[in-house]
This record gives sequence, structure tokens and C-alpha cells, in this order.
Amino acid sequence: MRGVPVEPPRRLVEITVDGETVRVPEGSTILDACASLGKDIPTLCYGDTLTPKNACRVCVVEVEGARTLAPACSRKAEPGMVVGTDTERVRHSRKVVLELLASSVDLSTTPRAQEWIEEYGADPDRFGPDAERLDRPAKVDNDLYVRDYDKCILCYKCVDACGEQWQNTFAIAVAGRGFDATISTEFDAPLPDSACVYCGNCIEVCPTGALSFKTEYDMRQEGTWDESRQTQVTTICSYCGVGCNVTLHVQDNRIVKVTSPHDNPVTHGNLCIKGRFGFQHVQNLPAKEA
Amino acid sequence: MDIRFRDVEPTAEERAAVDAILGPAPSAWEGGERSERDLRVAVGGHAARERRHLLLPALHAVNDRVGWISEGALDYICRRLTIPPAEAYGVATFYSLFSTKPRPQAVLHVCTDIACQAKGADKVRAAVEERLGPPGLSWHPSPCLGLCERAPAALTLRAGETPSYTVYGPADPKTVAEAAEVDEPPAEKAVPQAGQDGLILLRRVGVVDPASLDDYRAYGGYAALRRAFELGPAGVIREVLDSGLVGRGGAAFPTGRKWQATASQPDRPKYLVCNADESEPGTFKDRVLMEGDPYALIEAMTIAGYAIGASRGYLYIRGEYPRALRRLEHAIATARARGFLGERILGHDFSFDIEIRRGAGAYICGEETAIFNSIEGRRGEPRSKPPFPVEKGLFGKPTVVNNVETLVNVPVILTMGAEAYKAIGTGGSTGPKLFCVSGTVRRPGVYELPFGATLRELIELAGGVPEGRTLRAVLLGGAAGAFVRGDELDIPLTFEGTRAAGATLGSGVVLVLDDSVELPGILVRIAEFFREESCGQCVPCRVGTVRQHEALNRLRANGRSPDGDIALLREVGRAMRDASICGLGQTAWNAIESAIDRLGVFNATQGVADGRENS
Ligand SMILES: Cc1cc2nc3c(=O)[nH]c(=O)nc-3n(C[C@H](O)[C@H](O)[C@H](O)COP(=O)(O)O)c2cc1C
Ligand code: SF4
Ligand code: SF4
Ligand code: SF4
Ligand code: FES
Ligand code: FES
Repeated sequence: MRGVPVEPPRRLVEITVDGETVRVPEGSTILDACASLGKDIPTLCYGDTLTPKNACRVCVVEVEGARTLAPACSRKAEPGMVVGTDTERVRHSRKVVLELLASSVDLSTTPRAQEWIEEYGADPDRFGPDAERLDRPAKVDNDLYVRDYDKCILCYKCVDACGEQWQNTFAIAVAGRGFDATISTEFDAPLPDSACVYCGNCIEVCPTGALSFKTEYDMRQEGTWDESRQTQVTTICSYCGVGCNVTLHVQDNRIVKVTSPHDNPVTHGNLCIKGRFGFQHVQNLPAKEA
Repeated sequence: MDIRFRDVEPTAEERAAVDAILGPAPSAWEGGERSERDLRVAVGGHAARERRHLLLPALHAVNDRVGWISEGALDYICRRLTIPPAEAYGVATFYSLFSTKPRPQAVLHVCTDIACQAKGADKVRAAVEERLGPPGLSWHPSPCLGLCERAPAALTLRAGETPSYTVYGPADPKTVAEAAEVDEPPAEKAVPQAGQDGLILLRRVGVVDPASLDDYRAYGGYAALRRAFELGPAGVIREVLDSGLVGRGGAAFPTGRKWQATASQPDRPKYLVCNADESEPGTFKDRVLMEGDPYALIEAMTIAGYAIGASRGYLYIRGEYPRALRRLEHAIATARARGFLGERILGHDFSFDIEIRRGAGAYICGEETAIFNSIEGRRGEPRSKPPFPVEKGLFGKPTVVNNVETLVNVPVILTMGAEAYKAIGTGGSTGPKLFCVSGTVRRPGVYELPFGATLRELIELAGGVPEGRTLRAVLLGGAAGAFVRGDELDIPLTFEGTRAAGATLGSGVVLVLDDSVELPGILVRIAEFFREESCGQCVPCRVGTVRQHEALNRLRANGRSPDGDIALLREVGRAMRDASICGLGQTAWNAIESAIDRLGVFNATQGVADGRENS
């Protein structure tokens, strides 16, 4: 326990959320205010380690006096704001956004998507059998991770993580426009020909499973991926002296993927290729296993 | 940042095109010859990154010279400007005038948008397709080219050492694909009132030589700038506030308030951006102003820069306006040479210059924050607001964005005085207004009327619909606007009058449709427009515009309303309006909603309904 506050206390802003009054530090978002009230707002493009891009619009809330709905993940709380998080207008937009997404993108590996679809009564099939989908083949062009953009909701998180917010490698960006927009390297070059350094920090933030370890992708293809049989253990990467935390996901005594805790004050979930993918040597087991 | 390039060499031609914009490469690091010195210098850092805004001009340079942008060319541009190739590729693929695949040097753009569709664009398209095969390389269907008074229109852009263009309007289905030289009529051909007494905004169009600064001055030019120097910056803002001028770009925001808010920001420098992206289907007034009276815009921008304390203005003009671009380039160079731009203008302690930025085929870049990203060399995606441009705009600095027509009103206000200006029009909508009349009228063109004239007066001025036809509907405000019925022509053409009627003036579009026009086809085209022009950033618009287009295609094919699709359109439309990031998604359903509710298109009993009976 620290005795002396390191920073001067921030001013508090008072707002009303669904009739309840809440005070949050200046600069907080509506989403922060909702969290402090224990309200569960759906989010997809929001990332706890990234600047909000507010692209998915599933988190929209109604702010009294505003012409349009506001994204809770990025709109700052202002004194006296009156916010509704579950009004008919809000529920309608969330429902339609989920329908639009689920009718165009494969959400099967997006955590909570199915739960929200049920909660908001979304019916993705209503657009009929001819509704255009992305229908993109998965890009399997290296041994470490797979880019299955048929599952991509274009949340921009991988681009931000690869670019100036974390990795500063800028291997990927959004290319094209509108419904045809996609995440791409220059001229859609295969990853091994691109600037990618395989830090996997894009996989860490991807909210849909569009980016996944090759191990996970292969096991899902084979039907052997089973999170209920997996354990997680967080340890320290042994490669260098930085001391990054790595969380090993283990199924049947084999490491199947590696993540990193987002609340680590130094690395915020980011790793390099060694911590992320350099785990093979610890499981070079005797021949009978192989 | 440690950028990796993929050693693909540019051709000599590509290198020359880029060097013509950026100068020769100073070192091997930027793709030039390797020298001893290269091993001992560091490049990059802030200075290099600050050149990012040259990306769009560099892409244009290659596209203009070769016709498309190869890997080698993109790589070379990235080395020169310290830009990650993946990002530059994302920018190049955002704009429809650029190609990252090989294609012929000449590309024909056939307008298939609403005004042209009302005048037989389908026939032109079919003829071109028959001759040139499926679209994609040598020709493309195009959104509105801003030539609606000459509908159906088409435009050939030809790459080469000296890029050239040919405008076809009205395009003859039989000859349009043959790239014969066609003389483009003078700008004033688009102004049926040209030369008449009483015009204010259009008074010089067709009267002065648009290339001549002396002509401009002989007809009152630069009197307003002198007046501005007398008034001082605060005095100019006061006049503009008092005049009641509101923006003519579509959002109708009070211009004086915008200027005042920017001028009072402590942050510096401040910027002025003139929005000449003019891509709202059916809009062509800014083109006529820029082609017919280019110095007026230069003077207006200078006054605006003086008032808000900016020393640099960007004129962002859409890529499909080659003639307006040339005239403005000439006017800026002349004004600079004669001391009307540059250091210490007319001997006053005020310096101001204008840089032209050319768009490359993206309606969304007319949105006031997307235009900043486009100028800065990023994808033209709107930013989320707040912060607003007056606080953080271009390059993160306080910025005023104004439409061409809005700005051109400013010299008028200063020369006639705010009081006299305010006496024109109505209490809520002051001054003269330009209307872009197109579709099935006898004399389409840009018309100037004081605010408050009725829709009927305007359409009569334009000669009404052809003999034997009845006026079925008028689209006010463009694709983002609303339809009104043929029996609602008494609507006063003011901001408040159209609002009260549940419509909008928008950018001044008055697209007239008689009973020869197949309305569902127009609606499908509007939906297609939004689908193709969505930047793709947010889900409601990126996918919603696709679902809207699909549903309208179904309704058009069925000819009447399976209730499911109308309900679906309403639900998707409501979410687009409520939850989209920017005005494109928020308005993508407006016109279609009004056609369903007001005109009764898709009314179950009638198929294509005549709205009168269903209102
Ligand atoms: C999708 C979209 C496209 C727009 N295109 C244009 C345009 O081409 N020209 C323009 O002047 N304003 C356009 N606007 C309006 C601008 O955002 C902005 O309001 C205007 O340029 C401000 O100038 P004003 O106050 O002089 O009207 C567009 C807005 C949206 C949402
Ligand atoms: S693995 Fe790292 S370098 Fe490669 S694309 Fe992802 S974030 Fe960028
Ligand atoms: S790949 Fe994943 S992180 Fe990247 S935009 Fe798509 S969904 Fe988002
Ligand atoms: S509303 Fe459409 S154009 Fe605007 S930001 Fe969203 S996707 Fe882009
Ligand atoms: S989570 Fe807020 S817009 Fe995506
Ligand atoms: S030029 Fe074709 S619609 Fe405007």
C-alpha cells in the first residue's frame, strides 16, 4: 500500500447513467462510468490497451440532447451528461449492427457474439440467402500464425497494434474501401515478404479470432481445439532480461498458444517473436510422444 | 519507426514522375545513387515524417504519367517520403481514380449517376460495354462527374508526359468510346442566366476572361480585399456574422461563428481549407464558379485567411475537374506573381498562400474531417468529433473548412456591406443562392436566385419539363437529400422552408424527374452510390449500405412491396442514421425513405406509384 498519492487527485465529473448518478475522474469515457456501475456494455473494437477507434458501433448509448447515438467506448463523460444504455433506440442499433456483422462475417470464434445476438434478438438471416458475405479464404502463408479475414470485423486493432501504438513495424494497414476494405500488406504480399516481425501483438488484440496461432488454426480444422481441456500458466519469458510475462495455454501437455497479460505495466500484452512463438524447445519431448 | 522496403525498382519513367514533384533523391536511403556520404548520415525522424502530406500528389504524379501505380513506383514514393509501404498501399487503394494494377493510359469514366440516368445514361453505358467489354480497366461506370447540365456525361482521363482529358456531354452512345477530340463548351454554357443584370455570384461568369486578372479587377475584383484590410480581421468576422451567411456545402452552419471560433483559438498556425470536392450527385455549381470566375475564389480565400489568422490555405478540388484545376492553377500563379498572394500582400503585414490538393475519386473526402486525412496523406476516413475542426483540424491545428460557394459570398458581403446583403433573401436564409438544376428540364444549369424563391419559380425559369410530360418528383439536396412530389412546388427555397417541408436544400441540387423516368432505378442508383462511396470504417454504413442496395434491387425487380423489405430498409436505415460515424452513413437512407413515404414508390397497389394519390 502506498501512503502518498503519486499524482494529484483528478477532478470528478458527475453524470447520470440509466437514472443512477455516478462520479468518475475527468477524462473517463462513458464506458468507464458504466464499468464503475457494474454495467456490461457490449464492445468489439474497443481494446483495453489501445486508443478507441470506435468503428464497430456495438457499444452505442443514447446521450440526452444529442442527434445521434454516441460510442460509449470513446465518448468522454461531461458534467451533467444524461446517458441511457438500454433504451429502445440503443437496443435497435445494437441489434442491427449485430445483424449486419453476423450476416457478412464469420463470428463463430468471436467471444460473446452469440450471447449478444440472443440478448438483442438479432436475426442475421433476415437479409436472405443472397446477402453478400466477405467469403475470403484464410491466408496461411507462414508457420506461425494464420490470417483468416473471413472472420475480420475491420476493427483496426491489429493495424494500431502493429503501427504507432505499439509495435512500430507498420506491416499491415487497411486497404480498399467500403465493403471491400480489408487488412493487407503492401500489394497483398505474403507475410514472409512483408515487414512483419512475428511479434504476434496483432493476434493479442484481435477480438474475433481472425488472427490466430497456426497451432490453434490447425487444431480447430482438425476439431481437436478444446478450451475446456486447456490450462493457463503465466510465467516469465526466459529469452532476455526484460522479463516479459507470458501466459502459456496448454492442452494435453502441449503449448497451443501464448498470450501476455494486458495489465502488465511495462509490456501491456506485447511480446516479441521469441516470447510469442519460441516455445517449441520446451516441448521437444522424447520420440514416443511425437 | 523502422520501415522495411521490398526492393522493387521503379522504372525510369516512374522515378522521373516522382522526382518532378519531390526533386531528385538526395541519398541512397531515399532510393537514389549510393555515395560515400550515405554511410554517415541518418535520415528519417520528424522532418521526414512531416513530408507525409506529399503522398497524394506523388501518387497522382505516377498515375498521371503511367496510368497506374506499380509496386516499384509505390516503393520509391515510400522511400522518398519515409512512409511504410503497407500504409501507402492502403491510401492508393482508397481512391477510385488510382489503379494498383496495370491498365491502359486512357480511362473512360461513364457517369451512371442520377442526373445522367434520368437522361439515358444506361444507353451510353450499354454502348460502351458493347464496344470495350466489361468495365474495370479501360473504362469504369462513374459516380456523378459534376457535369449534370450536360447529362449524360462521360470523361476520358489520359495519362502521359502531358496528361490530357476529354469531356463528353451529352455523350453520344455511338461515339463516346472513340477518344476523338471534343471541344468543351465554355463554362458559361452551364449558366442560362449568364450576362443578365442583377446577378451577384455569377455576374462575372461569361463576362470576364477567366484567365485575366486585369479583367477580374476591372469588374470589381480585389475591392473586397482592400475593404478587408480597412476593417481588420475582427471587423471582417463581424461583417460575416452580421450578414447571416451560412455554409453552402450542405450543413448550413453559420460561417461567421466558425471563423470566430477558429480565430479565437490560442493554438497556431491556423489553416483554411476550401472544400471544392463537390461530389454530391447532381451538384456542379462550384465547378462553374471555379471555371468561370477563378480569381473570385482566390480573393475570397485570401480574405478568409486574413480574418482567421491563417497564412496557408488548401484548396481541395475533386480529381474529376481538370478544367477547373487548370484555371485555378493559372489564377494562383498569376495572383502570386502580381502580389495578391505570398509575402506582404498589397504591402500589408499579412502573408498568405494557397496550395491546391487534388482529390482522386472519393465522395467521402468532402466530409470536413476526411478532407484533412486526405490532405495529410492518409486514407480519407472521417475522424470522430469532438474534437471539432475549429479546435483540431488539419495537421491537428485550428482549421476553417468552407465550401467554394460560401467563400465566394464573402467578397460580396464586404463590398455591399452586411446590411445590404442581409436584405437579400429571407430572415433565416440571407443572400443569393446557386441552384444546380438537372434532370428532365428544358434548360438545365446553374441558376442564381435570392433565397425565398419557390421551387416552382426555379423550375419555370429552367423551362419546366418537356412538352407532354408531367413532373413526377424533385430530388432536393442530392443523394443525401429528399424527394418532394410534383404537387409540392410551392416550397420556398430557403433553409427553413425546406426543413419545414421535411426536405433539405443540401448543396443546392434540384433534380427534376418527369414521368419518363423509372423511379425505382433512380433509388437503386442512390443506394449503389452510398455503398460504393462508404469509406468502410463503421459497421452500420459499411454493411448497412450493402443491405440497403440489395433490398432495393429486390424491390425493383418485384415491382411492388413485399412488406419485409420495406421494414428491413426502415430498420437498417434507422441504425445507419443513429449509429454511423459521419454524415455519409447518417444520410444514406434519407432520399430513399422520402421516396417510399412521400412518393409512394413501391406502393403495394401500384408498383411504380404516382405519389399524388398516396399522400
Ligand atoms: C459525406 C459528405 C460529403 C460532403 N461533401 C462535401 C463537398 O463535396 N463539398 C462541400 O463543400 N461540403 C461537403 N460536405 C460538407 C462538409 O462536411 C462541410 O460541412 C462543408 O464543407 C463546410 O463548409 P460550409 O460551412 O461552407 O458549407 C460533405 C459532407 C459529408 C458528410
Ligand atoms: S505479428 Fe507483429 S509485426 Fe507482424 S503484423 Fe502482427 S503486429 Fe505486425
Ligand atoms: S484481423 Fe482481427 S484485429 Fe485485425 S481488424 Fe480484423 S478483427 Fe480486428
Ligand atoms: S458513416 Fe460511412 S463513410 Fe462515414 S465513417 Fe462510417 S463507414 Fe465511413
Ligand atoms: S466498442 Fe465502441 S465502437 Fe466498437
Ligand atoms: S454528371 Fe452524371 S449525374 Fe452528375
